[in-house]
Order: sequence, then structure tokens, then C-alpha cells
Amino acid sequence: MSEKAIAKERDLILDVKNLNVRFETDDGIVRAVNGLDLQIERGHAIGLVGETGAGKTTTALALLRLVPDPPGVVECEKLELDGRDVLGMSIKELEKVRGKDISMIFQDPMTALNPVFTVGDQIAESIFLHENVSYVEAQKRAVAMLELVGIPGERAGEYPHQFSGGMKQRVVIAIALACHPQLLIADEPTTALDVTIQAQVLDLMKNLREQYKTSLIMITHDLGIVAEICDEVAVMYAGNVVEKGTLEDVFNRTKHPYTEGLFNSLPNIRDRKAMLTPIKGLMPDPTALPEGCPFSPRCPYAGDDCAAPQVIRSISETHFVRCCAYDRPGFHIERKER
Amino acid sequence: METTRRKFTSAELQQYKKRSMFSEVWRNYKKSPSAMIGLVIIIIIIIAAIVAQFVYDYDTDIVQQNIKERFQRPNAEHLLGTDQYGRDVLTRILYGAKYSLSVGIVSVAISCVLGSSLGLIAGYYGGFTENLILRVCEVFAGIPSVLLGIAIMSAFGQSIVVLMFAIGLVYVPMFARTARAAVLPVRDQEYIEAARVSGVGDLKIIFGHVLPNAMSPIIVQVTMGVANGILTASSLSFLGLGVPVPAPEWGAMLSNGREFIRDYGYLTLFPGLAIMITVLVFNLMGDGLRDALDPKLKQ
Repeated sequence: MSEKAIAKERDLILDVKNLNVRFETDDGIVRAVNGLDLQIERGHAIGLVGETGAGKTTTALALLRLVPDPPGVVECEKLELDGRDVLGMSIKELEKVRGKDISMIFQDPMTALNPVFTVGDQIAESIFLHENVSYVEAQKRAVAMLELVGIPGERAGEYPHQFSGGMKQRVVIAIALACHPQLLIADEPTTALDVTIQAQVLDLMKNLREQYKTSLIMITHDLGIVAEICDEVAVMYAGNVVEKGTLEDVFNRTKHPYTEGLFNSLPNIRDRKAMLTPIKGLMPDPTALPEGCPFSPRCPYAGDDCAAPQVIRSISETHFVRCCAYDRPGFHIERKER
Repeated sequence: METTRRKFTSAELQQYKKRSMFSEVWRNYKKSPSAMIGLVIIIIIIIAAIVAQFVYDYDTDIVQQNIKERFQRPNAEHLLGTDQYGRDVLTRILYGAKYSLSVGIVSVAISCVLGSSLGLIAGYYGGFTENLILRVCEVFAGIPSVLLGIAIMSAFGQSIVVLMFAIGLVYVPMFARTARAAVLPVRDQEYIEAARVSGVGDLKIIFGHVLPNAMSPIIVQVTMGVANGILTASSLSFLGLGVPVPAPEWGAMLSNGREFIRDYGYLTLFPGLAIMITVLVFNLMGDGLRDALDPKLKQ
């Protein structure tokens, strides 16, 4: 079966091959994303996890082709959204795709809404731009959208500062989903909210996603959110995916030492006196990434073979890991007992 | 999740739309007494200027000499007295309001549109574009404004239209720099990024999303600009380069009364007062508008 036929069979909404993003600054070249591959099936939700600086947000912006240029340079072998080549699109075509086929929820709802426009206008703008409707009709649909996310429609005429943080995030979600995009990128949508509001917002996103069959990229460093919302997980480290698989694969059959480190550093709810076991060291400086595996300086299993360039290997049909230690006979990692 | 969809009538939508725009600003504007005084006086000046055009005849009432009645101090017949040619000062001031107002407003409109657009583009794109625009503006800003005005006036001839463009050009750099400075903090806000993600084009982002957030300093600059424009126009007329005599431009009237300031001080006092009051009320209105337009100050 040819590669194309496989892609068709899997019905990919997003297909990224060998994505590289670097920022050429006066202080050196910052390599933010290095050869990332990502495929998302229609209707699926994938969690992009990793610590700060792993390149999660940069990846998201690169998918929208919104990496600031200069200093950003994006190189990519293949970037297809719903079978259409995003790389070759003109600015005009891109503007049609953004907001309509792919949209984004930002981390901080306090700053993601324009303070001088009413929330109704902000939702309506996206509808007015992309759907062929009159402004009054767009307003009506904006009100309907607002009610859909659980805010009374009468409040459409109010300004963002009149809403609480959780409600603002609902408005942001309403804007993002206003044109029923096929792919939604949520960049840490709950980081700025407290835990009860987090649960509400996640619930809302889950429901709306099921209702509209939207595919989702959930960027987060909260593994709990991933477990709750996603079907698949991709763990990012230093600008690349080090492990990818279904929830079951990554959470229960962890293969990569970094993923293991992430799970081991979670607090143990059954033993509250236990010390936390963080991963030692820091993320490597993206201006001077080590040869070979970028995690090797922090990796407890590191060996001589780690200095070679790493390739992705498949453990099962759905589970992939980028670690050469599996070439060693009998290698396995040790998860802490819970 | 249970979702309820209520149909909204367009009247209801109109209602919330209406409340959000003009009336909201008006409601806040009304709260400031000084701003209201400013607005009322501006309206009075504008009405007086318009009425004067119909009541007085330019040839007989404004410029015709009447030597018999020269140098009359303010009295019942001539409330503000008469000048050395026997022309009524009050009539001339009322009639002359149109020069000051139109020059002030039109020239600021020119410099505001030109300067703010340049500043917005410079601030939004940054880099080479920004450098180019700002450096050119600095070159212009380096020339003293009255001198630049004189240069333009003498190059293109003396008329009210040239005066408007001359003053308009003089204040372009000021607006460009104000607008650019106002854009910088807005440009990197997440809601601008969010607009880009929604597929809004660059031009629409600059004028539809960045500009409304960068409005307050520009509005303040506009009112300062109207006041400054009136002052510059008066200065140029005072020097004999503005609106050609015998038109009753306030600056020209000042210049006219200068020779007699010792004996007939009212000849300079009243046109001077007219300029001062007009400049003041525009500043009052600007302050009020700035407060009213800023949604963060809304209660």
C-alpha cells in the first residue's frame, strides 16, 4: 500500500513532516523545533505535553504559519491541513484558513480579548469574516454561540472587563469555535484559571468537541488534563516528540526515560510525606543543543550510543519512541511503584 | 450539556449595539463638568461662526472702512469697540472664527490621518519600515514649526488652503511619533495574535484592532493639535503669512492692533482672548473625551 493510500485510510486532519523552527537572533540561533512529525486523525484529540521551552507553543504557531519572521525561520517537508498544503498558501488563502479551518485558544483569557470591543462583536467578527452572512446575522450567531458556552446572550453587549476569568475563557472558546473549525489548538487553556473553573472549562471543551467533531491539539504540562480529554499523547522535549502513543500506551506502558521522569515527578497522593523526585538538571540551551539525544545529559540510562542522532522507532502500531536504548538487549525502564 | 438557544430579534441586537457605542461614551463624557463646559462653548463658537456668515456681509460689515467711527472704546453700540479703520471688533471676531476653526480642524485632520497612519504602520511592522518612517519624520520635526510653515507658505503662495496643508504637514511627525508609541504596547498583546489566528488581515488588524486600543493618546494629540493649529495659524497670520489681509483672522487682527497697544489695548486684548478661549475649550473637550473613550475607566 502506498503512503498516500495509508494517509487516506487514516483520514488525517493534520499531517506534519520534519518541521523545523529556528530563531536567528544576534545571540545565536535558537532551535525551537527540530524535525517534528505529527499526524492527527479527524476527530481525535492529541495532548502535546512537555516542560516550558520544549517548543509546544512554537509548534502551534508554526502550524498556523504565524511564527514571527524575522527572526523566525520555519522549514517543513510537509504541512497539510485536511489534505491541503498550508506551506504553499498565499497570505490571502492563509487568512481564510485561520479561524475557519483551524483556530486557537490562548493561555491567558485576560489578555486574549480585545478590551475595546464588546464580546459579541469579537465573536461576530470571526463569523462575519469567514461565513458569508450579514453583520446582523453574524451578531445573532454570536449571541447563540455565547449561550452555547453557557453565558446569557444579553451579555453580548458587554466588554471583556465586565467578565470573570472563567467567563472570559468561555468567550475565547466561543470565538475559537464560532466557525466550527476542523482543528482546534488549545494552548494551555486552563493554566490561568483556578481548579474548579478549570474543570468547567475542560468539560465545556470536551462537550463542544464531541458535538462538532473537532480535532484538538491540547498543549499543556498537566498530565491530568491530558488523561481527561485526549485520545493520544505526544511528549515533547527540546523541540521534538520523544514519545507518542495512545493514552494507554504512554501512561501505562511508558517507554521513554523522559516520560518516565515526568510521571515519577508527580506527587503521590497515597504517600503525602514522600519527597518529590524531579528530573535532574535543566532543559538544554536551545542555542547549543547536544549532538544526538538532547535528553541524554539528564537521562539515568544514558550510554555511549546516545550521542548518535536519534530515530523514531515503533513499539506497536500506535506507540512510537525516540530512544536508542531499545537497541540494547533486554532494556526496560523502571516506573516508580504507586 | 443542555444548551438553550433563544432567537434574538434584530431590535434587541440593535439595542445592545447602540448602548455599546455612542451612548456609552456620551454617558461618561457627561459626567465631567469641565468637559461639558468645553463642549458647550465650542458649540457656541461654531454656531456664532456660522450665523456670522449669514448676518454680516463681508464687503460692507467686515472690511469696509468707516473712518468716522475709528478707535471707539467698547460702548453700547460697539460692544468691543472699533479699530483704526472704524470696523467693529466684535463683528470681525465673530466672522473671523471661521478661519481659526477651519484651519485648526482641517489641518489637524490632515496631520492626524497622515501622521497616525504612518505611526501605526511604523509601530506595527517595526524593523526597516519603522526606521524609515521615523527618520524621515525626525528630519521634518527638526525644523522649527513656524519656520517650516513659513517655507511652505512662501513656496506655494498665500491662501487658506495652503495654510491648512502647511500646518497639517508641520504636525505630521508629532502624530506619527504619538501613534507609534501608542501601538508598541498594543502590538504584542495576545488579542492581536488572536485576531491574526482568526484570519483577520494586516490592514484590518492595524486599523480595526490596534488603532482603537491606541486611541487615547491620539485623541489627546488631536485636541492639542487643534489648539496648536489655531495658534500656529494665528502666528503665521500675525507675521503676515497666513490668511491674507484684510480678512479678519484673529492673528492678523492681533498684528493689526499691535501698533496701538499702548493707547487702545482692547484691539489686541479681544482677538487674543478669542484665541485663548478657543484653545482652552478644545483642551477641555479633549480631556473629557479621553476619559470617556477609555473603557477601563468605565464604572
